[in-house]
Amino acid sequence: MSFLQYLINGISIGAVYAIIALGYTMVYGIAKMLNFAHGDVIMVGAYVSYCVTSYLGMPAIVSILVAVVACTVLGIVIEGLAYKPLRGTPSLAVLITAIGVSYFLQNAAQLIFGSAPKNFKSIVTMQPLTLFGGGLTITGEVIITIAICVAIMVGLTLFTSKTRMGKAMRAVSEDRAAAQLMGINVNQTISLTFAIGSALAAVAGVLLCSTVPTLMPTTGAMPGIRAFTAAVFGGIGSIPGAMLGGILLGIIETFSKAYISTQFSDAIVFSVLIIILLVKPAGLLGKQIQEKV
Amino acid sequence: MKKLLKNKTFLANSRIYLTVIVAFLVMFSLSNAGILSSSWKGYLVPICAYISLAVSLNLLVGICGELSLGHAGFMGIGAFSGIIFAALLKDVVVSDTLRLLLAMVGGGLLAGIVGFLIGIPVLRLRGDYLAIVTLAFGEIMKNIIGNLYAGVDENGFHMAITTSKMALGEGGKYIINGPMGATGVQKLATFPMGFLLVLFTLFVVLNLINSKEGRAIKAVRDNRIAAESVGINVTAFRMKAFVVSAFLAGMAGVLFGLNYSSITATKFNFNTSINILVFVVLGGMGNILGSVISATILYVLPEAMRSLEDYRMILYAVVLILVMLFTWSPKVKEIVSVISAKLSGIFKKKEVETNG
Amino acid sequence: MKKLFAFVLAVMMVMSMLAGCGASESAPAADAPVAEAGAIKLGMCGPLTGGAAVYGTAVQAGMEIAVEEINAKGGLQFALNCQDDEHDTEKAANAYNTLKDWGMQIMAGPVTTAPSNVVAGECANDQIFMLTPSASGASVIEYGDNIFQICFTDPNQGTASADYMATHDLGTTIGVIYDSSDVYSSGIFDKFMTQAEANGLNVACEASFTGDNKSDLTTQVTQCKEAGCDVVFLPFYATEAAQVLTYADKIGYKPVFFGCDGMDGILTVEGFDPALAEGLMLLTPFSADAEDEATKSFVAKFQEKTGIVPNQFAADAYDVIYALAQACENAGVTADMSATDINAKLIEQFTSMTFDGLTGAGMTWAATGEVSKTPMAVVIENGVYVGVE
Repeated sequence: MSFLQYLINGISIGAVYAIIALGYTMVYGIAKMLNFAHGDVIMVGAYVSYCVTSYLGMPAIVSILVAVVACTVLGIVIEGLAYKPLRGTPSLAVLITAIGVSYFLQNAAQLIFGSAPKNFKSIVTMQPLTLFGGGLTITGEVIITIAICVAIMVGLTLFTSKTRMGKAMRAVSEDRAAAQLMGINVNQTISLTFAIGSALAAVAGVLLCSTVPTLMPTTGAMPGIRAFTAAVFGGIGSIPGAMLGGILLGIIETFSKAYISTQFSDAIVFSVLIIILLVKPAGLLGKQIQEKV
Repeated sequence: MKKLLKNKTFLANSRIYLTVIVAFLVMFSLSNAGILSSSWKGYLVPICAYISLAVSLNLLVGICGELSLGHAGFMGIGAFSGIIFAALLKDVVVSDTLRLLLAMVGGGLLAGIVGFLIGIPVLRLRGDYLAIVTLAFGEIMKNIIGNLYAGVDENGFHMAITTSKMALGEGGKYIINGPMGATGVQKLATFPMGFLLVLFTLFVVLNLINSKEGRAIKAVRDNRIAAESVGINVTAFRMKAFVVSAFLAGMAGVLFGLNYSSITATKFNFNTSINILVFVVLGGMGNILGSVISATILYVLPEAMRSLEDYRMILYAVVLILVMLFTWSPKVKEIVSVISAKLSGIFKKKEVETNG
Repeated sequence: MKKLFAFVLAVMMVMSMLAGCGASESAPAADAPVAEAGAIKLGMCGPLTGGAAVYGTAVQAGMEIAVEEINAKGGLQFALNCQDDEHDTEKAANAYNTLKDWGMQIMAGPVTTAPSNVVAGECANDQIFMLTPSASGASVIEYGDNIFQICFTDPNQGTASADYMATHDLGTTIGVIYDSSDVYSSGIFDKFMTQAEANGLNVACEASFTGDNKSDLTTQVTQCKEAGCDVVFLPFYATEAAQVLTYADKIGYKPVFFGCDGMDGILTVEGFDPALAEGLMLLTPFSADAEDEATKSFVAKFQEKTGIVPNQFAADAYDVIYALAQACENAGVTADMSATDINAKLIEQFTSMTFDGLTGAGMTWAATGEVSKTPMAVVIENGVYVGVE
């Protein structure tokens, strides 16, 4: 019975990683940059949602919408001010700028909201399901998180395969120069990707803090790195890969804590990642791109 | 001699050495004359360590073109093994300087060996995948060091990585106590030794860059497939750079670790790796003197901004973003050049007016 | 080369700008709050930014209140300078040196243990008296005989907790969750386990987490539940404890939760439902709900200043300033004495005097620097602390 409980805990945190990883993977696939500030956008989303519910007394669903709008705007502004001017420069230059943005968001949050952690009130009001006479508990957060995660993945897959904008995104990610020649507005497409990625980050922030209630300026940093790992794990650039990577990472993390060692669980998670990458260098569902001479 | 003076590499290298030596002499005499404030005296050794770290990472990132996000892991291995070596040699070697030197060599070698072992799997990967695996190794190393127990008692040296108490006999003393890290470390690091480490690092890295191998490494960076096709053994060169880089980072770690009376494994986290990377990128990839200067300035900058209190770190972030934009962005550069042209135009006009 | 030049230029420009405005701004800040001549210079360093900033800012506010009160009385005057150490050993050394350049005569910090291990080494070396409000690691006071603590040491808390569980019938099966990457938490854990064994307690589950994966503690709670623990010992801070309590409530797990002084402040975590902490026991030296005049006045001032209820860090900080004031008055310390002279006088005072503060009455110090205070066990009932025997 405990096995099932751990499995469910793992899937629950994994689903949150998956949503964050989706943001990472889209931005990477299209802009070819590691956006290390993504984790901090999550934190901003959670703070916005917290403020809307706690200070304005609005219902949870409104707070999510406000957070999504705020993060989308934030994402577009960051992209326009910090990343767009650097397009075409070495990816490392953009990476360092992203780190600068990450520091900025964390410290701005501390100045605005203070350093004291806030306890995020779960947006889920669903009662937990108790199975097997109390032996197994599935909380409402788990069900909602998994449902949202699946919905987002399906939505994104449909978006990228059916709509004009989505197809443009795929074209840009495959060959930016060729896409431009075909009349695709590359800058607009990249901005759109950031907007979608940041909107997802807002949702992820709310779900993360509903599962794990501590909210402070550094809340997004570690889950951000985990989710980045998950994105690589599943094959960075691949949407189903991010989902699979996130959930697997959550399960591995929980199982290694439960059955092997809580102290070395970080080491175990990262070791598994390394082994996977050695066997499948492009991640689980990533495409191995042959270099042309 | 004439030939030497015409040699571009020689000139460029001597400029780097000269800058470092002059900087050392100035700081050293200021420090000895008692003019330097305590804060500045305190910055000297860590700056030396960070310069070595930045230069060694530049070898990897700038020269080889491999993005490594786990440099702090090697630094951590160096720091903790150095602390153990220094503690064990306490009764054997009397001279502090010699002990520091031995610890540095020991810590460097250990980091180099670990670098080699990690390099075998890691270097099969490329680009961002290599970056993520180095990040993973950095985290693994931090996790293991953070659970390391080492100590001495009458039966000699003990080491374990379990929480279950290490059985130290009566009078036994912990050197490293798991998550609490090393406490009560004897501070052996000195500025002159730090300077020697910087010189050594520069010597090793510059020689490697300018050797036949260095040219091969750069060829691999610029076009791996082309380099392979002319018979360059890509993996061997990448491995060599990786191990040398780890070795130097380990040595810098020893210097860093022996500069404080206590240190914990959490210091060697992802953020520290990123900081070193920031030094390298801001100084210019492949630009060794750039790494030296940017490591120094960026180390002092947040300290110099202490009087700004709460706004210190946010301003540091803004400075970081602005510097990146100003040095890299084609558009911003264009604007700057237009403005400066206009400004110089105005000044010229004024000059003409006053002259006339 | 051009690029490098541009970069150096840009940084220089920014630095000179900052230095310019910094110089004008820092003048009042550095000598805060009253820049009177003849004030004894107290230095404090702690995490004012970053993940541990909540403790540093609490200590800073607590000290500022105490200094304002003392200065307002006339007579002995203090000047307080707080520097950020980001909960980092390296930055702590820099913060210490900055304070030294300012002319610090007494070190009233640092806040957390890891930086304190570095600063204590420096203070012992420079013979500057150090009294830390909250760095409870046992290693801190080992650096020299001029290093003192006002909080209990971690091992003491571990032992006291195990003794309390052995003498009070809380439950039969004990589970422990601790932060293995944290000096404070693992320090308590080690001693707790030793003492639990000595007391014959049945510890059925040991689960840990690290600073990197503490965002998800569901596994650890489940482990305790699976092991059938009816008492769960949580030697860590309120932030993580709030997570544990929230999740335990969700899965309907209701053992007796037992915490240490770091748990204090759980009722004031913004957004936390106090109902979840019902029945939580903790050892603490300070309770913000205490009815005595001194505590009431302090809590009121603290709330006015920061808008939040003070935790034990703030109270310890407040006590540090008053203990220093008492010792300085007794020993006749004046601002024109050198740090070394003050050091000698304060060591003499602290090893002989008795101090009454918010966090305990009749505190005395051993020559090692350790304080004698009895931890007080409280239980949370109807959202307030109630003392228990």
